[in-house]
Amino acid sequence: MLADILNTLPQVLVDGLALGAIYAVIALGYTMVYGILELINFAHGEIFMTGAFIGVAMLILMTGMGWLAAMPAILALILVLVVTSILTGFMGVGIERMAYRPLRNSPKLITLISAIGVSFLLQDLVRFITEYKRGNYILTGPSMFNSQFTIKFSSVSSSFSDAFFKTSTLILIICVVVMMVALDFFVNKTKWGMAMRAVAQDRDTASLMSINVNKVISLTFFIGSALGGATGVLFAVQYGTIDPYIGFILGLKAFTAAVLGGIGNIRGAMAGGIMLGLLEMFAAANLQLLTNGVLGAEYKDVFAFAILIIVLIFKPEGLFGKAVTEKV
Amino acid sequence: MQRLTSKLKGNKLAQIILLVLYVLVTSLSLYLAQASVTAFLLLLVSLLLLYYTELPDRLKWVIAGVVLVGVIPFVASTGPSYQSYMEVATVVGIYVAMALGLNIVVGLAGLLDLGFVAFFAIGAYTYGIFATAQAANFMPFGVFPLSGDSFWIFILIGCFVAALFGVLLGIPVLRVKGDYLAIVTLGFGEIIRIVFNNLDKPVNITNGAMGLASVKPPEIFGFQFVYPNQFYFIVLAILLFVILAVRRFEFSKIGRSWKAVRENEIAAQSMGIHLVRTKLLAFAIGASFSGMMGVVFAAKQTFVDPTSFTLLESITILVMVILGGMGSVPGVILGAAVITILNLQVLTEVTNYLNQLSLNGVISFPEALSPAKMQRFIFGAILIIFAIYRPQGLIPAKNPVFDEESLKEGSENHRKKQIKVESDKGFQA
Repeated sequence: MLADILNTLPQVLVDGLALGAIYAVIALGYTMVYGILELINFAHGEIFMTGAFIGVAMLILMTGMGWLAAMPAILALILVLVVTSILTGFMGVGIERMAYRPLRNSPKLITLISAIGVSFLLQDLVRFITEYKRGNYILTGPSMFNSQFTIKFSSVSSSFSDAFFKTSTLILIICVVVMMVALDFFVNKTKWGMAMRAVAQDRDTASLMSINVNKVISLTFFIGSALGGATGVLFAVQYGTIDPYIGFILGLKAFTAAVLGGIGNIRGAMAGGIMLGLLEMFAAANLQLLTNGVLGAEYKDVFAFAILIIVLIFKPEGLFGKAVTEKV
Repeated sequence: MQRLTSKLKGNKLAQIILLVLYVLVTSLSLYLAQASVTAFLLLLVSLLLLYYTELPDRLKWVIAGVVLVGVIPFVASTGPSYQSYMEVATVVGIYVAMALGLNIVVGLAGLLDLGFVAFFAIGAYTYGIFATAQAANFMPFGVFPLSGDSFWIFILIGCFVAALFGVLLGIPVLRVKGDYLAIVTLGFGEIIRIVFNNLDKPVNITNGAMGLASVKPPEIFGFQFVYPNQFYFIVLAILLFVILAVRRFEFSKIGRSWKAVRENEIAAQSMGIHLVRTKLLAFAIGASFSGMMGVVFAAKQTFVDPTSFTLLESITILVMVILGGMGSVPGVILGAAVITILNLQVLTEVTNYLNQLSLNGVISFPEALSPAKMQRFIFGAILIIFAIYRPQGLIPAKNPVFDEESLKEGSENHRKKQIKVESDKGFQA
């Protein structure tokens, strides 16, 4: 059994890293908003999904106009990433302005309900725009970066088999690393980042220190949503087919990653995302083997949610978070 | 209009006459124009009007009973769409009971549960497994399927099993609160669905994605319940029980503790309310209503499969509660009825109408925009609009108002009585 697990391990690692990178960036959006507003932005998964659709729509449009063939693919991808992240960023700001800001002083339950509403609204909006334009809401993007690479793990030790990955996986991981480093720099080293941390710590005091709290919250939503939208594009390029309902479960898992890393903690979210991606891929590949065929790969979602529930019960502050005591 | 309403206010006789007139007109129009959905819906609206009259509560119950048990089944019975009307009414009843269950969890105790349909699924599968040959796969003893007589016991069993799972889910509640709870329950709902979807191996318990077919219909003294108009009365009976139970709970000690926990956990705890027990009870009771209706649902559909228990269902029930008004029993009933009828009747009718129009070439109507597919859009919009503009819902929850003076007087009288009794004793001594 161990030999089988070891045999597939390289491929599991590569796939898990790709999936984990996606979780990590989406988890950033959840964790940033939660850090500042103490609100689970349910719509974040849908922003990711909208980003994926905008990206694919742009790629299809560019193919139709012949631009994609005319310019290097990587340039096209960067162009699409930038435009998509700006669009989804503004969408995030709009959502905050319309659906969350009027409720900032009402009970949390109400804000949460509004967030669920936004999430459903977006799903259906994207569904009917896509279906209206193309007759089917499941969309397949133009295939890009399909050349395969092989990492010869088998030359390291004969118990491993080789791992395969596509160029898009490499691009995905590079983009995600760039985004995370940039965000980390922004939050920790710039003036606006300091303002964000201040607002997250204490909104009222921050406003007394002449920080424009509303602007900072808008900025947070912009950055989180822009990152989420860009990840959507990368997801679409990596996995090919998208539908309007991918955002919900993926968002839920990304939230799990954020909780795993300690919610409100940006570096924790990155680590949690990678960890969850690896665990999930490992479970998908080996659950059947480990349980003698009782549980199949279908249970990988159950596995992810079980992690969430276990973390919340036993270590609600997450792996890297600080425990907060509630003040009366 | 203003003058008219002010005249009506306080005039009970006029209210009764108008109500009876309304019921008569709508039932007559339903009787004569059988295919008219509008007439059927208008007849149901009479119950809402009844709620707004100023009649004594007991009379309201009697009138509602007459309308529900007598008028609606009788008037609808003559036409060809009888079963479809009764089907709608039955489904409305099922959803009302579930929404009332969720109302206890969300509206009274303030715990946002996004996986509520899981309990419905548990109830449905509890009956589904034993009322088909499925149970024979993993239970070597006993003869399966059980006969339809067992349905009545299974209503109770479904209730208890769902309550048990409510408590099991409730245990994480001890540690998790607020928005985390929403996520945990969401995860739980998905887990239950995935498990039911895959529990056909290693031991075939739920028959996986194929579902359980030909569930035995309920039976009593040899009489089988097969058609919606027969299930209607089962649902009505359970619903009556549920409404009575909810009303009793709401104004009891436990109901007040739920509200206290909702408003402020820490303050409630410091007033001596056992948080864990209160929350667990809310989960268990809310889940049990859902479990009962799950059993009925399984018997009515005669088919159970995991696709009936998706996240959309949970959100639908949540929308009912939010629309009607969190914590308000009449509001939630209204919300459940509105959403169910919207789902089953209005959206399909409008879609048919629009399709007809585009078929005739009056307008060109894209298939993607058909209202029957717009549920998520409509629900999302309802959630946002109500959260922002009317968080208290259509019929806001009311707390009983106590007249301070009369209470004081009452306690004074009470004390006087006690004094009197004591003095009596003294006198005797």
